[in-house]
Amino acid sequence: MKIRNEAVLVTGASRGLGRALSQALVKEGARVVMVARGERDLETAVREIRAELPRDGGQVHGLAFDVGDKESVHKLTGAAAALVGPIGIVVHDASTLGPVPMPLLMDTACEDFERVLAVNLVGPFRLTKVLAGPMVVKGRGLVLHMSSDAAVNAYTRWGAYGVSKAAQDHLARTFAAELDPVRFFSVDPGEMDTKMHADALPEAERATLARPGAVAQLLLEIIRNADSLPNGARLVASEIATTLAVKKTEAS
Amino acid sequence: MSPATEPRPLEAVRLLVVDGPRAAIIIRRALDLPSLLHTGDLVVVNDAATLPASIVAHTTRGARVEIRLVASRDGARLWTAALLGDGDWRTGTEDRPAPPSVDFGDRFRAHGRLVIDVVGRHAVSRRLLDVSLGLEGREHASDAEVWAAIYAAGRPVQYAHVSLPLALWDVQNVYAARPWAVEMPSAGRAITTETLLELRKRGIGVARVTEAAGLSAVGDAAIDASFPVPERFEVLDETVRAIAEARRRGGRVIAIGTSVVRALESAARDGTLRPTEGVTDMRLGASSKRRVVDAVLSGVHESDTTHYGLLQAFVSEELLARSLRAAVDAGFVGHEFGDTVLVCGDPVEDARVTPGEKVEKLGPHVLVGPETRRSARPATQPVAFRHRAWGSDASGWASSARVPQRRDEVRPRS
Repeated sequence: MKIRNEAVLVTGASRGLGRALSQALVKEGARVVMVARGERDLETAVREIRAELPRDGGQVHGLAFDVGDKESVHKLTGAAAALVGPIGIVVHDASTLGPVPMPLLMDTACEDFERVLAVNLVGPFRLTKVLAGPMVVKGRGLVLHMSSDAAVNAYTRWGAYGVSKAAQDHLARTFAAELDPVRFFSVDPGEMDTKMHADALPEAERATLARPGAVAQLLLEIIRNADSLPNGARLVASEIATTLAVKKTEAS
Repeated sequence: MSPATEPRPLEAVRLLVVDGPRAAIIIRRALDLPSLLHTGDLVVVNDAATLPASIVAHTTRGARVEIRLVASRDGARLWTAALLGDGDWRTGTEDRPAPPSVDFGDRFRAHGRLVIDVVGRHAVSRRLLDVSLGLEGREHASDAEVWAAIYAAGRPVQYAHVSLPLALWDVQNVYAARPWAVEMPSAGRAITTETLLELRKRGIGVARVTEAAGLSAVGDAAIDASFPVPERFEVLDETVRAIAEARRRGGRVIAIGTSVVRALESAARDGTLRPTEGVTDMRLGASSKRRVVDAVLSGVHESDTTHYGLLQAFVSEELLARSLRAAVDAGFVGHEFGDTVLVCGDPVEDARVTPGEKVEKLGPHVLVGPETRRSARPATQPVAFRHRAWGSDASGWASSARVPQRRDEVRPRS
């Protein structure tokens, strides 16, 4: 899919991967709406990205809304479309770990479990429900879910988060099965040097973690090749070059 | 006809098919719509999303009013708006107390930091204003901040005949993409994702226009008499191409909602359909010549409405009156969440369709925004496509169509 001039909505955009991806998309000439809960961080991020706008295109706007709140959904999608037109690419990056340090599943309060599902699973469901209809009429569009290794492997203390990500992967697969040729993928971005990672594993050696900016470039590669990747697939960002090469070999 | 009092599932919505060429009326379910169409037909939807056009605000003296956005004049900031007296969703607009008199420079304050300044008044009524929207204490607020404030403060326009307050979730069509409409283009309620997929499976195209469907009434006789106000619309090149393709294949063009008819016929006003962006004050009626649309899906409208007038561009007043009686007899319900009619006219003949560069048609009332307008370019030379006429029974709107003789024949098949 082309990125230039495309209207893109990125949630969880004020920090980490969401912010790095927004920046990378704007640099490629996309019209990006960044969504995050925290107004101040978002404002800073938008201002900094806007300072580096490419001369020949690219736009960036910030909308402070909570994607885990049903009442926010039409407010943020409506305002986003008013700013950049119908959304062609959605990136579900907003995510919560729940309480940190992360408790065992048995020690997780019911309300905390529900909140994790509300932000990581029900939020993306609602947003896609609102944004994918026009994509179906148009016959094109792309929805990316940020997944995690914890969606596939069960780790102690990652229960609520892992469950939400596993379900989100399946959300992407099911939407893909129903709405093809609109594209849906879940992407495991790998371990990155972000605030979320520090919250989850404060003792991790930061030097061993990927930079969000580098992972954002891999996501751009996925977006550019969205039409040739199998719809609904769960992709591992660091393996995208190999995945695309294999795809090319199969095609020839 | 009694109004529908709440949003209803599509399974409950009925469809009256008014087959103009055969002067026939039948009753189906809204779910049956795809089965009434044929491979090669084209369904055109209005992808306008519904704005939170109703904003509760206070004057500087503390009086509570409702400000109802009528049309954007420039993006988020400049709007034409109607001023209504205090009242909630249970209070009909005609039952509201008169709003306080306002003047240039008056300021209203709404939820959050949204402020609404009066910058102009219309001759038609003292209650029809031009207003400037902004944020208190933030002279240089961004467009994103103003839109976010409008969405935070506003709610969709409410209806006293509906039993519950409506949220934005209740008033969006499944394909809604561009927030231009101040009231829901409600015919689209008959289309679900399932419908879209079913149409595609049957080889029936789906294309889109955008039309800023306007307010129905605000309870001020002078303002209401001026409705429908000129409305912004856009017909994309890809839609003109889809219509040209449908014509070439002998397919029919089915508009989902009267707003789609208004947009498409406005884009073909000079005799040739071209990609167009602009503002239309077109009112269709019995004497109008249709150039693009063969049939329209609409709500069931009473005979004193402009929608009813528009339907006479498709079938005779006599057949329409008979259809309305059949709908009433069958217990159809009206208004936004009511049952639907598919009014099928004689096929459009000799339509001229010209894909290519977009032209702009801006009427005397220039209303623009929310998105930025692009520049006008001259149109290319038109090419005429001869529309294949319908002849055989198989190409009719409803093969089993017949004129109902007795009341018990006018019933849903289910």
